Amino acid sequence: MELVIARPEGLYCPPGDFYIDPWRPVERAVITHAHGDHARTGNQRYLAAAPGEGILRSRLGQDINLQTLAYGERLDHHGVTLSFHPAGHVLGSAQVRLEYEGEVWVASGDYKVEADGTCTPFEPVPCHCFITESTFGLPIYRWQPQAQIFAGIDDWWRANAAAGRASVLFAYSFGKAQRILHGIDESIGPILVHGAVEPLNAVYREGGVRIPQTLYAGDIAKTDPLLRQALIIAPPSAAGSTWLRRFGEYSDAFASGWMLLRGTRRRRGVDRGFVLSDHADWPGLLWAIEQTGAERVMVTHGQVNVLVRHLRELGLDARGFKTEYGDEDEAEPAA
Amino acid sequence: MKAFADLYTRLDATTSSNAKLQAMQDYFATAAPDDAAWAVYFLAGGRPRQVVPTRVLRELTTRLAGLPEWLFEESYQAVGDLAETISLLLPEAEHSSEHGLAWWLQEQLLPLRGLPPEELAVRLPPLWAQLDRQSLMVSLKLLTGAFRVGVSKLLVTRALAAMAGIDAKRVAQRLVGYTDLSHRPSAERYLALIAAESDDEHAQRGGQPYPFFLAHPLQQPTDQFDTVLGPVEDWLVEWKWDGIRAQLVKRDGRLWIWSRGEELVTERFPELHELGNALPDGTVLDGELVVWKQQTDKAFGIQPFALLQQRIGRKTLSAKLLAEVPVVLLAYDLLEWRGADWRSKPQAERRTRLEVLVAELGDERLRLSPEVTGRDWSDLARQREASRELGVEGMMLKRRDSLYGVGRTKDLGLWWKWKVDPFSIDAVLIYAQRGHGRRASLYSDYTFAVWDDASPGERVLVPFAKAYSGLTDEEMRKVDAIIRKTTVEKFGPVRSVTPSLVFELGFEGIALSKRHKSGIAVRFPRMLRWRTDKTVEDADTLATLQGLL
Repeated sequence: MELVIARPEGLYCPPGDFYIDPWRPVERAVITHAHGDHARTGNQRYLAAAPGEGILRSRLGQDINLQTLAYGERLDHHGVTLSFHPAGHVLGSAQVRLEYEGEVWVASGDYKVEADGTCTPFEPVPCHCFITESTFGLPIYRWQPQAQIFAGIDDWWRANAAAGRASVLFAYSFGKAQRILHGIDESIGPILVHGAVEPLNAVYREGGVRIPQTLYAGDIAKTDPLLRQALIIAPPSAAGSTWLRRFGEYSDAFASGWMLLRGTRRRRGVDRGFVLSDHADWPGLLWAIEQTGAERVMVTHGQVNVLVRHLRELGLDARGFKTEYGDEDEAEPAA
Repeated sequence: MKAFADLYTRLDATTSSNAKLQAMQDYFATAAPDDAAWAVYFLAGGRPRQVVPTRVLRELTTRLAGLPEWLFEESYQAVGDLAETISLLLPEAEHSSEHGLAWWLQEQLLPLRGLPPEELAVRLPPLWAQLDRQSLMVSLKLLTGAFRVGVSKLLVTRALAAMAGIDAKRVAQRLVGYTDLSHRPSAERYLALIAAESDDEHAQRGGQPYPFFLAHPLQQPTDQFDTVLGPVEDWLVEWKWDGIRAQLVKRDGRLWIWSRGEELVTERFPELHELGNALPDGTVLDGELVVWKQQTDKAFGIQPFALLQQRIGRKTLSAKLLAEVPVVLLAYDLLEWRGADWRSKPQAERRTRLEVLVAELGDERLRLSPEVTGRDWSDLARQREASRELGVEGMMLKRRDSLYGVGRTKDLGLWWKWKVDPFSIDAVLIYAQRGHGRRASLYSDYTFAVWDDASPGERVLVPFAKAYSGLTDEEMRKVDAIIRKTTVEKFGPVRSVTPSLVFELGFEGIALSKRHKSGIAVRFPRMLRWRTDKTVEDADTLATLQGLL
């Protein structure tokens, strides 16, 4: 029995008659997490994990028809038992477990296996078929422990502050920015954030995640020497914008898993690249797949062909699912 | 090794010249002289021949990382750099080596050259196990002869000069030929680079050439020349030759020929060796090596660059080849005369002396690059239109009062290169391959085709050129996305696409070629612009291309 199939609207559960992270409007949408390529507007009803409610409403609208379940809480729908389990990707991110007539499938959305303190850590869920992402599905992608990355960011910020230079760190507004704020040493100097980041900080704080005090960049005079000591967190889209001019001569950096490669780092044209990703690296993907005990694996967005071939060589029944998450093939999505 | 890898990382991380200068000064301030000697060698563009075959490195990596070969290949395609791929795939090691760059090169890496694969498989892993990821990548780049980092020789010169407290021009002079393969970097040679200036330095230089003075491209329209350049009389005008820039050095009874890449190429041009007997000691000429065969119907005997290139590629030079493809030096400057450095004399004075010298010698292998005269700039512009027929690339404008500068500087003198517009043709993109370096994982290297209408009713696209430069990053990203969407087939790293994109290609030269399907080879092809206004059907034909021959 196929509990999930790929349809033009998105991943579809035939016995339950609902979609998981559909990319076209449908009646019933089960959402794994609130990143734009997974949670889209226009669906009639939404179902998501409870810790993600605040973010979902702030991004899709306060008045969406949204039902939530706590992690592990079960819901029966047309004979399908559905529950959410932590994916460790961003606040409220979940894997969707589906059980029907003794068959168990898990759709993981996006996930990361290293616990980071800003969301409930990834939990492997035993299943017959696991639907996995493959964003960093190449053996070159092996992350350093995040403590080392944060130490690197701290060192860079400290050195800049000592030289009287602002530190502009580009990071995706939702998830990456809060993870950085949570992980860095806030005693080094003031922390300023871009207007796109602060609303999400507020949701994280409401969700009980420790986010250090942040200032709006706009609230500080351009002449204030405080700016030269500051860490500024801004979305990548702010690069090259007039908004950045107020910081005078600054050092810039970009935090993303893609920064592992010299080529992408240089293409970004920033002073530093910090390799920090909200996705599983190659060993993480393989570990997660193994932990589920699944014999069938469906691979979505990223290095689909590579991961499918590798899993087949390991003796698993692996296939690719064509989705519209991230960017298909090996392009550089927002990660 | 760690200190050098750190320097590499700092240089690689910034595009600011000042930051790079600072990074180099910091390194040289603390590096041991023998390490610094090698660092200068690599930073100034020196590249030893490949030490370990790439194939051995790949096989060893897949074995150590426990990966199938296809997964290595996929990884390499995503990274776009072999050394980086290997450093990312090998198990990560702590940096435990206390040794510097010189020890690593001389004692460990260079002695690996020529060892059989089995021996390399035994010796490499324990070496790699002592290097952290960054040091590993750098040492792999040194092993494969692929080390490159974005610093100019001028910048290296400035860093050394600032550190040693001597004139940068003096350092530049000493650095000439430093990267030539015939002698190894050493602490002694490094210390000589940064030594205090002395009077007898000039006398002790052996076959050392001078740093080449380089021209800047002139891109203003001709009607602005009077404003930008002043009166035409102030300028010495010559044709811009399409050959190999070279210095001919005659000192101590010997002759040396240096290419613009500061490579010693004396042995490649035996026909010029007799000039060594004819020229007086203490003579240095600057000019262009070209293939020259005087024909009655042409003003100049210059032959296409392709012929020279073929000759350069040959390991042995047969008497037949020398007769068929004879090389001459078209001299255009005199840098040293009777042992005295003439670079600080004005262009006009150097030229006059050069003319006398060439005339007195009367050797057809040493020819004077003739002066082009014109009433005014527009007269010269008219004459310049004949460039392609004459087999030249345009004109060179040299201020008559110019001193001979160092590299691309403008403070001592001024040389302009006034090149003719490139050939251009509208071509269709038919294959794409992922790029390297900052283009890694983007489809940025393209093969272009034109229409062959030879058989009636059956138009086919025939490939004739590959190009990867000329697009902005943003255009490249867009083209990359279109390539992914229109892929027909993948052959390893190459994709064929449904033809939909037309580009205006520019190139400098065109010649018949048996090696290309189209029968044509073009020189320096690059994309001039993306013709979004043209459909594939509007692209040029092979007949148009042949018409440019």
